[in-house]
Amino acid sequence: MLAVNFLLLAAVLFCIGVFGVIARRNAVMVLMSIELILNAVNLNLIAFALMNNNQEGHVFALYVIAIAAAEVGVGLAMVLMIYRNRKSIALDELSEMKG
Amino acid sequence: MVAAEETYKALELSSGWFLENAWLIALIPAVAFALIIAFGKKMPFKGAEFGLVSIGASLVIATGAGIQWMQRTDSADHGGEAAQGAFNGIRGALRAAEGAEAEPFIEPVVSQWVWWQNSGLEFGIGSHIDGLSILLLWLVAFISLLVQVFSLDYVRGDRRYTHFFAALTLFSSGMLVMVMASNTVQLILGWEIMGLCSFMLIGHWWEDAYNSHSALKAFFTVRVGDVGLLIGVAILFFGSNQWAVDNLGSNGFDIRAIQAWALSGDGSSWTLLMASVTLFIAAIGKSGQFPFHTWLPDAMAGPTPVSSLLHSSTMVVAGVFLVARIYPVFWEGFNIANGGLSFIAIIGGITIVIAALLAFVQDDIKKVLAYSTVSQLGYMMLGLGTGAWLPAVFHVFTHAFFKCCLFLAAGSISHSGSHHSFDMKKDMGGLRKFMPITFGAWCVSTLALTGVIPFAGFWSKDEIIDNVGDAGYTFLFWVGLFGAALTAMYMTRATYLTFFGEPRGAAAGIHLDDDHGYATEHRETLVTAATIDRKLVSVGAAPQSLGAAAAHGDHDDHDGDHGDHHDDHHDDHGPHESGKLILVPIVILAVLALTSGFANPTPLAGDALGLNLGEGVELVKKYVEPRPEAVSLDIAAGHAGESLQLLEPGGFVPQSESGGEGEGAKKTGCGRSTPEVGTVCYFPAVSHAVPTLSKILLSLGVVAMGYAAAIGFCIAFYKNKHPKLVGLTERSRIARSGYLFLKNKYYLDALYQNVFVYFVSRPLAKATYWFNQNVIDAAVDGVGAGGKRAGEFVYKNIDQKLVDGAVNASGTIASETGHGLQPIQSGRVNHYASLLFGAAAVGAIVLVILNVS
Repeated sequence: MLAVNFLLLAAVLFCIGVFGVIARRNAVMVLMSIELILNAVNLNLIAFALMNNNQEGHVFALYVIAIAAAEVGVGLAMVLMIYRNRKSIALDELSEMKG
Repeated sequence: MVAAEETYKALELSSGWFLENAWLIALIPAVAFALIIAFGKKMPFKGAEFGLVSIGASLVIATGAGIQWMQRTDSADHGGEAAQGAFNGIRGALRAAEGAEAEPFIEPVVSQWVWWQNSGLEFGIGSHIDGLSILLLWLVAFISLLVQVFSLDYVRGDRRYTHFFAALTLFSSGMLVMVMASNTVQLILGWEIMGLCSFMLIGHWWEDAYNSHSALKAFFTVRVGDVGLLIGVAILFFGSNQWAVDNLGSNGFDIRAIQAWALSGDGSSWTLLMASVTLFIAAIGKSGQFPFHTWLPDAMAGPTPVSSLLHSSTMVVAGVFLVARIYPVFWEGFNIANGGLSFIAIIGGITIVIAALLAFVQDDIKKVLAYSTVSQLGYMMLGLGTGAWLPAVFHVFTHAFFKCCLFLAAGSISHSGSHHSFDMKKDMGGLRKFMPITFGAWCVSTLALTGVIPFAGFWSKDEIIDNVGDAGYTFLFWVGLFGAALTAMYMTRATYLTFFGEPRGAAAGIHLDDDHGYATEHRETLVTAATIDRKLVSVGAAPQSLGAAAAHGDHDDHDGDHGDHHDDHHDDHGPHESGKLILVPIVILAVLALTSGFANPTPLAGDALGLNLGEGVELVKKYVEPRPEAVSLDIAAGHAGESLQLLEPGGFVPQSESGGEGEGAKKTGCGRSTPEVGTVCYFPAVSHAVPTLSKILLSLGVVAMGYAAAIGFCIAFYKNKHPKLVGLTERSRIARSGYLFLKNKYYLDALYQNVFVYFVSRPLAKATYWFNQNVIDAAVDGVGAGGKRAGEFVYKNIDQKLVDGAVNASGTIASETGHGLQPIQSGRVNHYASLLFGAAAVGAIVLVILNVS
């Protein structure tokens, strides 16, 4: 079935994204991985919308894209500030919030 | 607000606003006291205006009440007869029995509120207005007002001026509360207020140790008597309560109930005797009777206005008033009706003579007057103790005027004549030329005091002596006459030393001793040759010189030390007449000392004077003395019919042991025999002596002899310095020992100090200390040790192990949990992300498993 292929692709994308978030030290790479995760979710939403033949999944995907754009904007701004302060965007060096 | 007003209404007696609101007389000065304390210092006259205005208002109300009381009496005598109806029978019977025309008993006006109550027993507060109350209310208000006017000038500039007026006002208020007391609890209240205020006023200049000691002595000596008052009131309460509840619907604290009970024959003679003795001990303490008279002369340490007020109309009269107020108790208790030689009369007689003798050896003018007061109080007690109620109360009235006048004159002398000294021998003499008005007032009052016709003292004191003789107490009659002669002698001595002869010391303008007189005895020993020299130099040297200025400054400091700073005296140190504020009260009192005797003149003595006084001139007898007439219980209880049913047939069993002897043989009537069933008496039928010309001439002759002897002695001793008399005390052993015996006041002070204090108080104190240390402290220590041990056990086992363990454990658990979870919080985003996703994965797996299965 066609939808299963979409879902498999989305799962793969999600796993790549999760791996990126957990394993990458570069903050930009982590942001990009988050984008992958979000897009995997988008794929899932659209696939299920097709399967169930309703429109809400499409609309929701559009929302997610809009929010993702905003999130990337804020995230990149933060990364930029971190870089200005520390001359580095390596996430494993940012452990001031250690308990 | 529940104010249960209960007004006894009986017969058709007129009443009035002033009579029913007489409680204002005492309330106004009490309020003024609070105002003086609160705002006095901010007022233009430093609080004195509150005192003067309040006492003035009290005087106005008291005067109004007096007029209305007279109207009430008149209405009973004329208009009331017709309205009495049923009681005419009873009265007629008594009238026939007495063989004389009887006047109806005048019901007192009682306004009473419930002050507090305890298990059905109501303690009232209010006013009980009868002739005696009216007389004393007016007298106290009048004398207080004059004394306050006098004080305006006398204590001007004093450092505790405001407090002085506050205490003076409260003092008057205390006396007024006591005088109008409708029950014994209120009486104690007023009595104690006076005790407190006398302490405050005698010790007004407490910086001087002698003054504060005197205040303490006065307070404690009176306190010894106060114990008697408390016990006596308790005895009266337990004796009369049941009777009062059954018959009058009141209780055993009500003064009218006590009066009626004492005459009803209900109480046993033993109860009445014990009550009389204990209550009279209170009167001994308060009225300075032998042997508790020792505080009175020391009370002279207070400012002169205080002495004047204390010794004329308040404090010392309280004891006499107590006896006069519940006279039926003493009448029955001491069996005065049958001519029993009462404790009161004996103490009174002793007091007259010993106090008069002590007055001879005093150098302090105020102490002479103090002993004179003690002696005069002895006359009052003698009168009360022998049934001469009316003359005794009348003597209170007249004595207040002339004794107050004498004290104020003494104050005027020290204020303006002798530079604050009261020492007659050192600082006075020849003052009659400088102070003519004071001298005149002094002479009038002295004549009044010694009982010279027609001055006030004659009409009262002579009446007492006459009545004592008439009642059959021959020995006490001669004691009274002897006392009168002694009075004439010591007053002559004091007058001579003060006003005649050559001026000495301060009167001559030399200030040897600057002690202001109020501590003469204490300071006498301190005057050494050196101090005398310094003072002489400072007075004699030119005032401009530096040394004199320094000495003068020193003198000013001294004044300031005692708060007795009289700024109007530093430019004029010679003797001169006092100012108007001092003289006006003295002159008013002197006029009254001359005229007040005519309030109750004996008709026969009036005839001897050539005055036709006519009928009904004995105003005090008519309006003040309660009529010894039985009153129906219906009226007495205030609700008709009810009480008569409560009355048991055998309610009035005649006292066979007390009334048996006199019954039938002597007169009947109130206080002589038990009242008829259904009636009560409030006052015993006291006898009145019929004055005879021979007795009047005898007493006047005795007084004249006293004067003659004393004048002769004074001229021979003080003026001519007769060689046989001067130095007699050095040459003759008898004279010396007698002099020393008197000078040391019969060694009573030494007795109290060395015997009672040393042998009684000290071992008692030691025993108490031992008991305290070994018994009470041991018990306290034991309890403490037990407590400590219990505490330690609780601390070790329960507190430390259980409570602390639980608290610590919870803390430890929280801490350890935190430590255990700490590694999770690495601060690294990757870790958080992996945890997040791991958790999400786990959650997803769980959801899948749950959905599938």
